Amino acid sequence: MNTDDMDQLLSQLRRNARLPASQLAERLMMSQEAVEKLIAECEAEGIIRGYYPLINEDKCADKKVRAIIEVTVRPERDLGFDRIAGNLAKFNEVTDVTLVSGSYDLQLIVVGDSLQDVAGFVSTKLAPIDGVQSTRTHFVLMKYKEAGFQLEDNEEYDRLKITP
Amino acid sequence: MTDSKSRPDRVAAHIAALPRSGIRDFFELVIAMDDVISLGVGEPDFNTPWGIREATIYSLERGRTNYTSNLGLLSLRKAVCEYVAKDFDVRYDPEKECIITVGVSEALDLILRAVLEAGDEVVYHEPCYVSYPACISMAQAVPVPIVTHKEGQFRLDPAELEKAVTPRTKAVLINFPNNPTGANIDFAQKQAIAEIAVRHDLLVITDEIYSELTYGERCKSIAAFPGMKDRTVFLHGFSKAYAMTGFRIGYACGPHDMIEAMMKIHQYSMLCASIMGQEAALEALRRGRNDMESMRREYRIRRNVIVKRFNDIGLSCHLPEGAFYAFPDVSSTGLSGTEFATRLLQQEKVAVVPGPAFSRHADNHVRCSYAVSLDDIETATSRISRFVAGLTA
Ligand SMILES: Cc1ncc(COP(=O)(O)O)c(C=O)c1O
Repeated sequence: MNTDDMDQLLSQLRRNARLPASQLAERLMMSQEAVEKLIAECEAEGIIRGYYPLINEDKCADKKVRAIIEVTVRPERDLGFDRIAGNLAKFNEVTDVTLVSGSYDLQLIVVGDSLQDVAGFVSTKLAPIDGVQSTRTHFVLMKYKEAGFQLEDNEEYDRLKITP
Repeated sequence: MTDSKSRPDRVAAHIAALPRSGIRDFFELVIAMDDVISLGVGEPDFNTPWGIREATIYSLERGRTNYTSNLGLLSLRKAVCEYVAKDFDVRYDPEKECIITVGVSEALDLILRAVLEAGDEVVYHEPCYVSYPACISMAQAVPVPIVTHKEGQFRLDPAELEKAVTPRTKAVLINFPNNPTGANIDFAQKQAIAEIAVRHDLLVITDEIYSELTYGERCKSIAAFPGMKDRTVFLHGFSKAYAMTGFRIGYACGPHDMIEAMMKIHQYSMLCASIMGQEAALEALRRGRNDMESMRREYRIRRNVIVKRFNDIGLSCHLPEGAFYAFPDVSSTGLSGTEFATRLLQQEKVAVVPGPAFSRHADNHVRCSYAVSLDDIETATSRISRFVAGLTA
């Protein structure tokens, strides 16, 4: 697999995962078959794990509550953080699990129907887990940018139609 | 109403003789119309990267609102000279061999006025940026065009250059990557041009404003070839690569006597470039590289799409190696570039610039900028396809 082609393909898909292979082919100066093959390879090798829409949750009728949760964890002999992180990732309420450096270990994003719902998950499910030493919950108030996209574009743009 | 006929003609003859820019005429047509998709723009559609804008705001907060040295901020000249040494392979002294100007536009005007006397000749290649022949004429010299051709991918043929040189030739003005053709020249061609300049003792003015936007191999500046540094004035700026057209910052690097002469004109006519723009340019050089490179990647993709689509439509188009213009040949439609552009605008509301704006020999072509979003490129080329199909139907 040509890594240059793959980088270009991925950067196009990052911006619009729904682009048809015909359009990708034009942009990357490849044949449509070559693009389809490259995508299939990326999927087979687990480089591309899935495709999902970028949704401005504020505009959804069914508004969910989201929280960023900082978790400190006691690492385990031989396993480090992997087993606990893997188990936390199994909860449906947890959408993201990231191991970070600094004053805590795992950053989770937890989604629920209400504040109580999320708080209940933290106190009855998350905090009691053996190895979880502390949690700190930050409810999300407003999201401005996600995956490189500004959710509300605030730039006016008005340039001349013809310039030298 | 005043009757201009009853007044004496106050406009200087050499100004009255300047043609109106062909782009302006077309512009009037376009602004009278709503919902036009324009491929007529010669500037990036990207906003200036936020880091650069933010640094400009910070400089205002610190009260940096004064004049600068005539030559420009020394910190900026140092950063410019470092950049030029690294990316173009020529070393200049920031104290003596570099001047910050109000865009490449001013730098070009300065160097032409600094060296030209009435009757001198300047050889340049067409199609070219609209200002070249006009600025040469305003400096009272004679513009001597060499026509470049589609067959030669609009590169400057060194043999043609040699033929155009006369005892009155003072300078050669070159622009690669080129506006409007997107052409670029490689090492061997630069070398051949350099040899001619040395042989005939010519000054070379090189406008490298699009140099970062090169999609193939990027080669050092012509100023870096043997015997050239002393006879080359290198012009560059921030408008294109950093999407900073409105900041109006350019620069010239060259031999001390040339820069000194340019500085004299600049100090009396412009004083200095705006400090806000200079602060922004400094930030662009310090921390703007990643932003610039991601814009270049995007232009490259747009280029691929627009050129393929033109060729699919039957408008033959070479693959431009730099800048952000495609320059398709529209003669297969039976229309001239001017007719093509006018009818396309009226029927499909797509604006492209007719070739004659850049050379009277370029009426088989139109210039299409791909400094517009991919969505607009895709819509515009679909409309062009429909327009061309309608012509032959
Ligand atoms: C070849 C060329 N030189 C110079 C300029 C002027 O640039 P600036 O904004 O630096 O004055 C342009 C702008 O379109 C150009 O295309």
